[in-house]
Amino acid sequence: MELSGAEILVRSLKDEGVEFLFGYPGGSVLHIYDALYRQDDVKHILVRHEQAATHAADGYARATGKPGVVLVTSGPGATNAVTGIATAYMDSIPMVVITGQVPSAVIGSDAFQEVDAVGITRPCVKHNFLVKDVTKLAETIKKAFYVATTGRPGPVVIDVPKDMTDPAIKIPYHYPDKVTMRSYQPTVKGHSGQIKRAVDLLLTAKKPMIYSGGGVVLGNASEELRTFVRHLGYPITQTLMGLGAYPASDPQSLGMLGMHGTYEANMAMHDCDVLIAIGARFDDRVTGKIAEFCPDAKIIHIDIDPSSISKTITVDIPIVGDVSGVLQEMNHLLVTGKKEPKKKALAEWWKTINAWRATNCMNYDRSSEHIKPQRAIEIVHEITGGDAYITSDVGQHQMWAAQYYGFEKPNRWINSGGLGTMGFGLPAAMGVQLAYPEATVACVTGEGSIQMCIQELSTCLQYGLPIKIIALNNRYLGMVRQWQEFFYENRYSSSYMESLPDFVKLAESYGHVGIRIEDPKDLEAELARGFAMKDRLVFFDIVTDQTENVYPMIRAGKAHNEMHLSPHGGELPQDPQRELS
Amino acid sequence: MRHIISILIENEAGALSRVAGLFSARAYNIESLTVAPTEDPTLSRMTIVTDGTDRIVEQITKQLNKLIDVVKLLDLSEGPHIEREMMLIKVKAATMAQREDVKRLSDIFRGNIIDVTPTTFTIELTGSGQKIDSFIEALAEHKIIETVRSGVSGIARGEKSLQV
Ligand SMILES: Cc1ncc(C[n+]2csc(CCOP(=O)(O)OP(=O)(O)O)c2C)c(N)n1
Ligand SMILES: [Mg+2]
Repeated sequence: MELSGAEILVRSLKDEGVEFLFGYPGGSVLHIYDALYRQDDVKHILVRHEQAATHAADGYARATGKPGVVLVTSGPGATNAVTGIATAYMDSIPMVVITGQVPSAVIGSDAFQEVDAVGITRPCVKHNFLVKDVTKLAETIKKAFYVATTGRPGPVVIDVPKDMTDPAIKIPYHYPDKVTMRSYQPTVKGHSGQIKRAVDLLLTAKKPMIYSGGGVVLGNASEELRTFVRHLGYPITQTLMGLGAYPASDPQSLGMLGMHGTYEANMAMHDCDVLIAIGARFDDRVTGKIAEFCPDAKIIHIDIDPSSISKTITVDIPIVGDVSGVLQEMNHLLVTGKKEPKKKALAEWWKTINAWRATNCMNYDRSSEHIKPQRAIEIVHEITGGDAYITSDVGQHQMWAAQYYGFEKPNRWINSGGLGTMGFGLPAAMGVQLAYPEATVACVTGEGSIQMCIQELSTCLQYGLPIKIIALNNRYLGMVRQWQEFFYENRYSSSYMESLPDFVKLAESYGHVGIRIEDPKDLEAELARGFAMKDRLVFFDIVTDQTENVYPMIRAGKAHNEMHLSPHGGELPQDPQRELS
Repeated sequence: MRHIISILIENEAGALSRVAGLFSARAYNIESLTVAPTEDPTLSRMTIVTDGTDRIVEQITKQLNKLIDVVKLLDLSEGPHIEREMMLIKVKAATMAQREDVKRLSDIFRGNIIDVTPTTFTIELTGSGQKIDSFIEALAEHKIIETVRSGVSGIARGEKSLQV
């Protein structure tokens, strides 16, 4: 079969099993768009801004575990995509981004819409390719998918000069079944000796703690994690990226840890004697002050990426390997081994933890005359039975969604954790909704963030995506305002969102439904009414308490036992050593 | 501590910028970097001299290994190894006394005078980085017109080797 480069590109995507291609056309990719037009296997989703194409592909990948695929033109198409590529990179999301490039002959001449896409994206991709020979195109695409989806996943860019897709040049097509690369052999199987040492150490613990992260979701290891945690009976805390891998409602779950983690999770981290980190990378938002991180603990760390190990925190037992395989092996050792967890010490530990829990750190003012954002999230949980896909933007609303939705399953919580990209939520929700047309998909956002990719309301109409947008409208860049309140003596420099649009009318003008909710009494009924519109996008403009803060909070650079707590929480356990700021 | 890291890397356009970019993006020190193709034209060999605490050097080797184009890596400083650097140095040698002294110093350091004019000598010198530094110091009383150093290349001693 003889095909042109453009046809090879599209056909390779089909043979790779790609369902959706998120993109935006332009000069250097027109041959490819023409090839797309003449087939129906790969569905092209036309976004309204290239940033949204990358976020949508990213959302699709996070929800399905399959790589997201993007096609953009050269120059501004490529630069607009960079934010989304960096977002995926920071959270290790598998993605293949095809950027058009000016013809090979004029590369380097400052041609129209030329940018060095390979150079610009280099620091925020797992790898990138410039195609210089059309006979290598299919193989390069195969390699890109292979690199993006194996080992620690990540985005891969393929830069395709226009002449590589010339319809006049036809060559034989063959899509390789597999590729091998001598320079890339991701480690997958954990070292059995290390695994055994880790299990032995775990069973000596008097105050154990399990800290699991996004790697468990990416590595599809939620089942193994559940078996592991339940077998041991140890407490578990999850990172922002890991939520849902272990069910939030389970009594062994202490909730999220870190900057906005629960009192009990952070205190347990600080006091534990053995810590096992599973698919987590000791991010600074999690560790707080490095010097005081888990001061008394021996640490075990499972990660697929050797460079994650001992990067910021030195660990005692590193295990490089795929989380699911390592946990399976640990579970096997636990079930067949003779040693048991230390029951008595563990009971004491749980007593301490339960006293921390009794502070009820996540309580908030439930009798306010204003709508409390936390309540809105709780109601969304009730209406959706805790089974919705929730995407979010970045800010206070993101933390409230993470804290109050209560994720029971992996792949349901979709947010930009590493890069913290405002504008992520709505396009990510599009990707999820396309993957799962029957599922309930909600985007929790703020009046600031939603305006960063608001144009995608148009895409949602075109493809009939019935996303529910929960805009917690506090008329502030709330997270910025909160820091200014705490650390800059209420000098609210440029954090007030003035001249906001009428979001209800805006949604309507895009052909959707808009519902404004201002009174706490209406919150439940109005949300229920909107969620009942199964085939419509509904934009809930929820006017919330303007000055609500996210609690608990650890200041950047402070230790886990130095938290700001909500004034609405319960009594703290008496402990003179603890200083709460 | 100073480390000499040797890597075999795919001989692809952009491979060098991936390594250089990694060092600048992660704020690692780089003292010298040399690169040239090997006997296998699909592979280049790079020698990087860097400096850092054990933790940083461990990160550097891990991050280098993580680059998709890097085929193999060896931290030469972990075992016995040989390091060599080549320098071309042009020195003023106009008077009889200058010419004699520069020639004498060059001989002591086993340098080769490879270009001569009525007023200058150009000397080629090979050795460890330290030896080259010492030669420059020894020439302190003379006028150095220019120096070009190749940067360090290194190889493990004995049977140990870096190959695919
Ligand atoms: C693209 C981008 N620019 C700036 C920031 C910094 N930032 C973090 S949270 C935030 C405020 C977000 O406001 P809003 O969307 O209204 O959410 P809220 O915090 O009020 O819930 C800002 C500006 C960011 N994360 N991303
Ligand atoms: Mg806001």
